[in-house]
Amino acid sequence: MFKISEDGIKKIKQELSRYEVKESAIIPSLYLAQKENNGWINTEVICALAEVMGLPESKINEVFKFYTMFNQKPVGKYHVQVCTNISCALNNSRELANHICNELKVRFDEVSPDGRFTISKVECLGSCGTAPMMQVNDRYYENLTSESAMNLLRGMK
Amino acid sequence: METKLLTEFYHLEEFKGLEGYKKNGGYAELAKALKMQPQQIIDEVKASGLRGRGGAGFPTGTKWSFLPKNNEPRYLLCNADEGEPGTFKDRLMMERAPHQLIEGMIISAFAIGSKKSYIYVRGEYHYPISVLRQAVKEAYDAGFLGKNILGSGFDHDMDVYSGAGAYICGEETGMISSLEGLKGQPKLKPPFPAVQGYLRKPTIVNNVETLAAVKYIIRDGAQAYRKHGTEKSPGTKLFSLSGNVMKPGNYEVPLGYPLIDLINKEGGGMKAGRKLKAVIPGGSSAPVLTAAEVEKANLDYECLGGMGTMLGSGAVIVIDDSQCMVDMLGVLTHFYHHESCGQCTPCREGTGWLNKILHSILEGKGRLQDIELLEKVADNMKGKTICALSDAAALPVLSFVSKFREEFEFYVREGRSKVKGTTYAEMHH
Repeated sequence: MFKISEDGIKKIKQELSRYEVKESAIIPSLYLAQKENNGWINTEVICALAEVMGLPESKINEVFKFYTMFNQKPVGKYHVQVCTNISCALNNSRELANHICNELKVRFDEVSPDGRFTISKVECLGSCGTAPMMQVNDRYYENLTSESAMNLLRGMK
Repeated sequence: METKLLTEFYHLEEFKGLEGYKKNGGYAELAKALKMQPQQIIDEVKASGLRGRGGAGFPTGTKWSFLPKNNEPRYLLCNADEGEPGTFKDRLMMERAPHQLIEGMIISAFAIGSKKSYIYVRGEYHYPISVLRQAVKEAYDAGFLGKNILGSGFDHDMDVYSGAGAYICGEETGMISSLEGLKGQPKLKPPFPAVQGYLRKPTIVNNVETLAAVKYIIRDGAQAYRKHGTEKSPGTKLFSLSGNVMKPGNYEVPLGYPLIDLINKEGGGMKAGRKLKAVIPGGSSAPVLTAAEVEKANLDYECLGGMGTMLGSGAVIVIDDSQCMVDMLGVLTHFYHHESCGQCTPCREGTGWLNKILHSILEGKGRLQDIELLEKVADNMKGKTICALSDAAALPVLSFVSKFREEFEFYVREGRSKVKGTTYAEMHH
């Protein structure tokens, strides 16, 4: 059964008193819970949050389902998000995304057998002048080539 | 040539921190503004002709004057949910000059009488968020935020809020819903946010670049600000140049600057052996221009509006002759389908159908009547929904199909791309 850590509960309580309404703390609390649950969120996590926040599960759940940065299924240790929107597509980002999947022998949005990687194609990340690019967990890697992207990823253990 | 008004010191690493910012003129205009009457600041911004830099181009001073004239609490909300494909200027501004935005915001908050502001930043911008949070802390420590700012008696609190991945939150009422802890779905207008916004209180939502520009209007005065740009589109603007161009990047030029110069002079032109085919001048929602039209286009609201497109967020996306327009439109229909919030039927269903029809063409299963169907569906999506996302999804389709019809017809007839010679599957799998 998933439980939020003591430290996590403390931080959520801070968020609850930070804004004019409690509901504004849902997004920050979902981020926190996602981190504590290895990068994704399920019903157990929603229930745990509802209890700590004193909000109905439905309210938390509808926010969770609306935003793409909350993962609805498990992801690898490194979540590799390759932008395939227009400026990146003009600079061959879809070919890059396919190349990464082929090299790492994993399908899009699935976890590699060793648990290290999930590769996703995502919409514009605001890095259009440095295309193609990928976001790995919280960090941007820009001006990529197939080689440089693979070198970076192979170094992530 | 670039005219560096906002970006003058962006090359300096120290400009990011409070000390380096102050050394280069930082917070001087805050001190000046706090000695002015709030109405004087609003009048100056009105006189400057500053227009919203996020996409809609609405006059900022006019927006501010929609606030009720009473003592009701009001909020200032900075729109930093930069998500319009092709746009990356706000990110640069937040990363290089967080205090410039904060100073512009405090001046604006003072003008409109707001004691509380939020900077709503898209969640993917982890680094800009960390830079901003650090800068807000520095501003509090230095007495630029909090109680009795610089002894003026004006109190103001500021917080940075992270979004969580939704293009629609860049729409101001969608952003308000999101900040209220709800799904980021837009609200029906009227009432406009200036009357009933965040928590139903009067709220002004302005883009990062708009708020930062306020500092320079206070510094130089409205008349000096108007020396840049054109009569109806005064000032400078940051343009995000991307796509098939030699030197992509952010460039600050006066409004009215020739589009072809931005591409050839600032952007270094096309790659060797390639020709210009098309340009999307204002972010992915702006109708596309052909190479011939680009020659006549100036980067101001009126000129681009007159050509049936828009300045939008100032994201100039350059497409060369190696690109298949059917394929590129497929990228855009996929995006709008993914980002439709699902609230209004014409948009939720329409974006889905546009994407399905387009991808059936791309897979070689298209029929000639599908091209007309695309136009018919897109036409039915315009002006029928709560927010502009539906129109934003329809306009690229209508402009791509009408201006590059031959490519679409070839793809349907031959089952492959006229430019690439192959099918979508062969291009990308």
